[in-house]
Amino acid sequence: MVTRHEAGRAVAREAGRAVAREVAERVTDPELPLLTLADLGILRAVDTDGDGRVVVTVTPTYSGCPAMAAIRADLTASLRAAGFADVEVRTRLSPPWTTDWITEAGRRKLADAGIAPPGPAPARAAGPVPLTLDPPRRRVRCPRCGSAETEELSRFGATACKALWRCRACAEPFEHVKEI
Amino acid sequence: MSHDNPYEALGGDGDARWAFGTGFTDPLAGVDTTAPAGVDGGDLAAYCLMLGDDALVMSHRLQEWCTRAPELEEEVALANIALDLLGQARLLLARAGQADGGGRSEDDLAFLRDAPDFRNVRLVEAANGDFARSMARLLVFAVWRLALLDRLAGSRDPVLAAVAAKGVKEVAYHRDYAAGWVVRLGDGTAYSRERMKEGLAAVWPLVAELFVPHEVELRLARAGVAVDPSQLRAEFDAVLDQVLDAARLTRPDAARPGEADAAQEGPADAAPAGAGGRDGRHGTELDEVLSVMQGVARALPGATW
Repeated sequence: MVTRHEAGRAVAREAGRAVAREVAERVTDPELPLLTLADLGILRAVDTDGDGRVVVTVTPTYSGCPAMAAIRADLTASLRAAGFADVEVRTRLSPPWTTDWITEAGRRKLADAGIAPPGPAPARAAGPVPLTLDPPRRRVRCPRCGSAETEELSRFGATACKALWRCRACAEPFEHVKEI
Repeated sequence: MSHDNPYEALGGDGDARWAFGTGFTDPLAGVDTTAPAGVDGGDLAAYCLMLGDDALVMSHRLQEWCTRAPELEEEVALANIALDLLGQARLLLARAGQADGGGRSEDDLAFLRDAPDFRNVRLVEAANGDFARSMARLLVFAVWRLALLDRLAGSRDPVLAAVAAKGVKEVAYHRDYAAGWVVRLGDGTAYSRERMKEGLAAVWPLVAELFVPHEVELRLARAGVAVDPSQLRAEFDAVLDQVLDAARLTRPDAARPGEADAAQEGPADAAPAGAGGRDGRHGTELDEVLSVMQGVARALPGATW
């Protein structure tokens, strides 16, 4: 039998969870501040117990992502400011993050900021990981002029998640969130 | 919490502000790190140290290219690869510290162990040499580690499996990068080709050790937790030959006698099978790495920055 007290707690917990989720989702990535953690797709769970305690579970983008420390600190600070006294940020490693988890809204924001969003992450066939010796055949559209006449300059860029590309039509360099 | 002004972000609101990484001491926070049933915690810790030390020392050697790379793009690329490996090392060292019950943190393990306590293969501690030699070493390392991590993703230990599954995606990019340079230099000018051949020959004496299993690896492989490195040789050879064919190079051990003279410039004391880095036998090159890597932590014990 559910007592009135227990029912009240359940309602408070549900309401608290919704608020906590909203606060956590709005926290931005320190390296790509145009994206929220929701856009980036790294928030795995937000749980509350109804007594002001929140547990946020995140999946790192890359093993060495240096933004993780700032993301944890920002999550804690934002949730405390929203009235949650006790905040714990947990890591979930599996399944690993993939750029497929970046939301449609996130992809639009990237493109608007001049960063070419990722295409679908490569599907992995059975057997050894194939070696890629040739430049990628994929067409990444220039986020400035829209041309498909682009080329990869380097698969590594200013942050772990980005590659450097160049547009042959408008001659501008641009960044591309590489598929992983 | 976002800030319009980076200087504002440095002030006031708590830790983790002065440098990325500060105040973030446990990359495994909230991860269930219980060892799987029937697996010895000491063995699991030893294995995590092996794979963690490989990544840590290789990362350090790659970091040495910062401000020294031939082009800015290569410097950025090498720093990115080093960062991925440092992240893998952090997870593995943290796991090692928890598995052996000794309570050592990843920092304790990285900064307060002496060379004989390191368990990395000797390939990763060797000096960088020129860019060609560094690319030869990175290619060998990435081909080997990718084959290893790909199998480790099926480990019965959920933490190792998760670290490996993520690492596969990262090291696949590292391998393509190194392969691209080996082909570009090997199939380039007569001069670049000569340098690439020398680089490969210098690294080659350190290859055999990668496939010699340690007893800990064998025990854990039987328990479905680790990978027996001797199982990786066929894939390693196939991938390496694919790169060398494209670079119009051959393996140094397939060269005519006398053609591999450049190997003498490499580590002269390459480890014999069974007595290598996995047992704590290292060259003086690891001491050089540690003196730089551990210098601040040892000079200022307990300092945070």
